[in-house]
Amino acid sequence: MKVRKGEIKVITGNAAAAYGAMLCRPDVVASYPVTPQTEVGEQLSRFHADGILDAEMVEVEGESSSMNITAAATLAGGRAFTATSSWGLMFMYDAMLQAAGFRAPVVMANANRETPGILAVSCGQQDMVSTRDSGWVLIVVENCQEILDSVIMAFRLAEDIEIQLPVMVNYDGFYLSYLAEAVEIPAREDVDQFLAPLKLQPERTKLVPERPLGCGTHGILVEFMELRYKHCAALERAKRKLDEIDQEFGEFFGRSYGGQIEEYRTEDAEIVVLASGSAAGTARMVIDTKRAEGLKVGLIKLRVFRPFPRERLTQALKGKKAIGVIDRSVCFGWNCGPIYMELRALSPDIGFVPMMSFIDGLANMDISIPHIERVIDEVYAASQGKSYQEVTWIPLEE
Amino acid sequence: MKEIRFHGRGGQGAVLAARMLAIAFVAEGKCVASFPMYGFERRGAPVVAFTRLDDKPIQEKTQIYNPDCLVVIDPGLMNLPTLFSGLKPEGILLLNSPRPLKNQPSENLKLAGVVNATQIAVEEVGRDVPNTCLLGALAATTGWVGLKSILSSLEEYFSGDLLQRNIRSTERGFREVKVLRW
Repeated sequence: MKVRKGEIKVITGNAAAAYGAMLCRPDVVASYPVTPQTEVGEQLSRFHADGILDAEMVEVEGESSSMNITAAATLAGGRAFTATSSWGLMFMYDAMLQAAGFRAPVVMANANRETPGILAVSCGQQDMVSTRDSGWVLIVVENCQEILDSVIMAFRLAEDIEIQLPVMVNYDGFYLSYLAEAVEIPAREDVDQFLAPLKLQPERTKLVPERPLGCGTHGILVEFMELRYKHCAALERAKRKLDEIDQEFGEFFGRSYGGQIEEYRTEDAEIVVLASGSAAGTARMVIDTKRAEGLKVGLIKLRVFRPFPRERLTQALKGKKAIGVIDRSVCFGWNCGPIYMELRALSPDIGFVPMMSFIDGLANMDISIPHIERVIDEVYAASQGKSYQEVTWIPLEE
Repeated sequence: MKEIRFHGRGGQGAVLAARMLAIAFVAEGKCVASFPMYGFERRGAPVVAFTRLDDKPIQEKTQIYNPDCLVVIDPGLMNLPTLFSGLKPEGILLLNSPRPLKNQPSENLKLAGVVNATQIAVEEVGRDVPNTCLLGALAATTGWVGLKSILSSLEEYFSGDLLQRNIRSTERGFREVKVLRW
């Protein structure tokens, strides 16, 4: 560990996101309130009022503006942060697609909430899933400390000259956005030092009034395909970069999270549960209980949904007898969970073993300990050759 | 691990009470995870908050089904049919009520602290925010946390006159709570 221990404070997940952003000294902050994320903007405004945050705080009339403003700020060479959730994310959808296409390295916190549709003011990852093909890097985290640390790491990733992509740090609304935990707040000078390598890189292309420059393409041009190609290549590079930044963060601050995925007791495991977000914490506990009962089960926490960590997952899951995936959202038209659907695409690499989709936790439903025990029991039975149901909507089948 | 479940209504300060209690526990070296559960922020709507404390980091991020302690901020919520289901044996109840508890509301309930927190809050704070008074009562009834730690946790959220008023409300909760045992 290179740095001194930070101050310990009891703060919520939303406040942790705000602390993470503040420590990175953004030039521009613009966010519009939406439950359950509002506190992020409130906390950043408080930092600004207290003189701790020297950023231009732009009061916006909606999320579309907050995304356009922060994207423009990054294209002008600045560092920008915004936060949103659910309806807000949908309201900035055109702007966030453009931010990705323009390779604008905005960092955004997103408190996961069900999307417009059936009006749920409650937790669910459907909002993030709805942005799957936006071209953003989609990071998913588990607790308040990881929120703060991931926002810092997100700036390192977004602004890296080899990446230059917007990054969204997703955390479960309500379950994490309002969760109060003791969080270690790194010293600002230490965060400066962690971000310093960005300053040694060649400068990003900037939009400046004196130097007219086009951005994006119009019409039917081969350049469009070339830009898409480069965007996809940058997302591929982001995978290795995520692992490297996470490792470096660990060396700096003494905390690391596994990069693209965290593998917990998977090495000698016969069956594995794949989970993400707050449910991963609960799952880790249930894994310990089942291990104590003699079951060889492990957990993989998915930390990034885009780019999808196919190489790491293949490596970790090859040779396992059965895999269960817990999704806090649905994949319309496939009648299963989205992370499950993606994992199925890796079957030829992993091996054609039983893979099971468990949908749980929509609209604040609890992904409880008995639910995860049931997942493990059913995956174990499948690994023993018993017939199994491919997709289970857990709370509807209790 | 100890698990505490708060039952209140929007505007009574259940969310803040759970957070302040978390700060007090952390100050005493405990690990804490505490979160409320509600949809829209609406005054008067039922609010539940879940607080866990332990000597080791808390991994689970679930609601609380088997509480060691219930904190009922709105006495009207005592009518919830499921309030006491899942309460652990040797269970504890903190209740804001102007009336004493007549009988043991659940077999598992072994200890109860009843305090007229609404009246105390109106007298000391100037309006019906019984949350800090109940934290004082919780410290006295459970012995899980010191009054000093609770009082210093108030400073994270209040200052000046409002802090002094809430300190008085908390201290009165600590002193005036009626403790019953079964």
